[in-house]
Amino acid sequence: MRLDTDPYLSRYADRVTGLAASEIRALFSVAERPEIVSFAGGMPDLSVMDLDAVADLTASIIRDQGTVALQYGGGQGRPQMREALVDLMAYAGVPATADELVVTVGGQQALELIAKCFIDPGDVVIAEGPTYVGAVAAMNSHQADVRHVPMDGDGMRMDLLEDTLAQLAREGRRAKYVYTIPNHQNPGGVSLSEARRVRLAELAVEHDLLVIEDDAYGLLGFDGEVATSLRTLIPDRVVYLGTMSKTFSPGVRSGWIAAPTPVREKLVLLREAADLCPSNLTQLMIERWLTTQPWQEQVKRYRALYQHKAAVMLDALADEMPVEVDWTRPRGGFFVWLTVPTGIDTSALLAKAIGRRVAYVPGRGFYDDGSGGDQLRLCFSFPPTDRIREGVSRLAELLHDELGLLRAVYGDGAPELAGRRDEAGRS
Amino acid sequence: MSGTPRVAVLSGGMSLERDVSLRSGTRVTTALAEQGYDVERIDVDAGLVTTLERGGFDVAVLALHGAAGEDGTIQSVLELLHLPFTGSDVLASSLAWNKPIAQGLYARAGIAVPERITLSQQAFRELGASAVVDRIAPLLDTPLVVKPVTGGSSLGLSIVASAAELPGAIVGALSYADAVLVERFIAGTEVAVTVLGDRALPPVEISPKDGRYDFSARYTAGATEFHAPARLDPPVLAACEQVALDAGAAIGARHLWRADMIVDATGAPWLLEIDTCPGMTDTSLAPLAAEAAGLAFPDLCRTLVELALDRTA
Repeated sequence: MRLDTDPYLSRYADRVTGLAASEIRALFSVAERPEIVSFAGGMPDLSVMDLDAVADLTASIIRDQGTVALQYGGGQGRPQMREALVDLMAYAGVPATADELVVTVGGQQALELIAKCFIDPGDVVIAEGPTYVGAVAAMNSHQADVRHVPMDGDGMRMDLLEDTLAQLAREGRRAKYVYTIPNHQNPGGVSLSEARRVRLAELAVEHDLLVIEDDAYGLLGFDGEVATSLRTLIPDRVVYLGTMSKTFSPGVRSGWIAAPTPVREKLVLLREAADLCPSNLTQLMIERWLTTQPWQEQVKRYRALYQHKAAVMLDALADEMPVEVDWTRPRGGFFVWLTVPTGIDTSALLAKAIGRRVAYVPGRGFYDDGSGGDQLRLCFSFPPTDRIREGVSRLAELLHDELGLLRAVYGDGAPELAGRRDEAGRS
Repeated sequence: MSGTPRVAVLSGGMSLERDVSLRSGTRVTTALAEQGYDVERIDVDAGLVTTLERGGFDVAVLALHGAAGEDGTIQSVLELLHLPFTGSDVLASSLAWNKPIAQGLYARAGIAVPERITLSQQAFRELGASAVVDRIAPLLDTPLVVKPVTGGSSLGLSIVASAAELPGAIVGALSYADAVLVERFIAGTEVAVTVLGDRALPPVEISPKDGRYDFSARYTAGATEFHAPARLDPPVLAACEQVALDAGAAIGARHLWRADMIVDATGAPWLLEIDTCPGMTDTSLAPLAAEAAGLAFPDLCRTLVELALDRTA
């Protein structure tokens, strides 16, 4: 007798075949336990959020506009919401008009809609390597062929992007789009330099590229400076993504896309097929937040907090990590990206890390090509500072031990464990 | 105890198999509730003893996988609490948990187990064992199976084709335990035999669609094809069942266990290990075997509870 554990198997679409249980995902269920210092989830620290203000504005929404808040809305998002987002974008130095915007359910829906809009199975997409794990998931769910372009301390390397474009030309293929997180990249913790932004714009024109500019962290530069957006440089070639998750709250699940009109029209139709419309209630919350509250002050509070936490993490890393370990020096955002010596597999090491009550995200999840086994991501935005010190200490001790083990197991045949601190890869 | 027994289903905890355990625990809890038991699922943490003492439970069902749940730790605590529990006692649990010790006992009982070498972290760190790693491949032949000496769900397991891959696989397996087991790879049909009470259930043949029964193949519904009974000759099936019963007897297992084995081309079963707290998820082998024996999942759960209660009756 044959036993079927999934009687629906023959009915699934091709795009579902790659979706499988994962060991790493299972380990994260332990990482959520309070005993563990988790550097895994990329969450904002809402302890500095003005919750009284949010409570008041939410109550007044229900009182004053309850029948609107609890009703369906339009697929593009409320015009007043889009006007408010235009002001927010202006604050970040990104020009837009309300008509160009589509409100989405977080940045993740934006990534999914864009993938759905442009990718047929097997289509090539270019992305930084490493890149945001949720973007990889969205592209994978549409069976994209993701080509990664490595970064250094100045973000995506334009010489290597040119190599990739040349390689694609030799294959007789073209990339449907280039996905980039130019500001305080997740997970890399680096930003695209001004010179490279200009170069990327030139290459986009030269090679007829569409660029997806994911600006999740643009307002979270520690120095308060905002970089030139790609949308400013080549507006017709950029689909821009924004999110309220980092500067307000991920719980309201609100993001948006700014796109050239023909693309925007397709995206609205796709979104209506997916979920009809964004929530009026959360849109009203954001409208009121952005029009009646000193939200710029909230952004500054987040910046100061994350600057402090990043400094605590970087100091702890410098004090405690083995010399063979290298990491980026973020000037904004949520993340530090670590590279460990070849021979240490960060996926396997996660089990040991959890045993020592510390968790991180192994590097492989940020690539579509299996690389990243010697890398890992640490999030500094969420844990309290004393937990950051404790967690780095636990991780450093583990890596010291692991290097000792590596030398002991390999004996004379040990992989190159020389110091990597002077290599490129940090800002 | 009077009336309906009050059942604590223990799952979760801090083990690396927490996620699988939560799945098992939820499924068992639902099934027992359907059977009319007064049942509560408990996520095992530092408050466990207090919870159990105050909870007025008559019996504990263990849906724990990995360290602390399967290695005798929780069994000791439950014995001290005089709370009957499902599955093996402290000694049998701790024997089965340590694969090299258990394999030694199986071999002494006359059961065929693959040739193997155990190497601890300490052997590498303090005794210079790296100098003898290159002797393993000629001794056991390649390919080789490298796995942590404890733990389940194929975590940390790799199959290496050449001696050169061995150090990397050893380092990887040492992430999951303090010592590794390097085994000769036995080619053949992968079979799991579940024993319930004193009865072997039909052997289940495991045929992963990607060829390897790894974590993903274990817990993704549909990723592995199962046949029960295994598509083997009746004498071979009988031999597999006997191995499962004999191996359980060798370590003193009780109530429910699963013996994992490979049947080679000659029809001989090679025992790999015994799991004394087998998974109870939708894709787990013990429930599939029960189903093949005509025992629906809720009935399997009820039988387990009865076995645990009978013991103390």
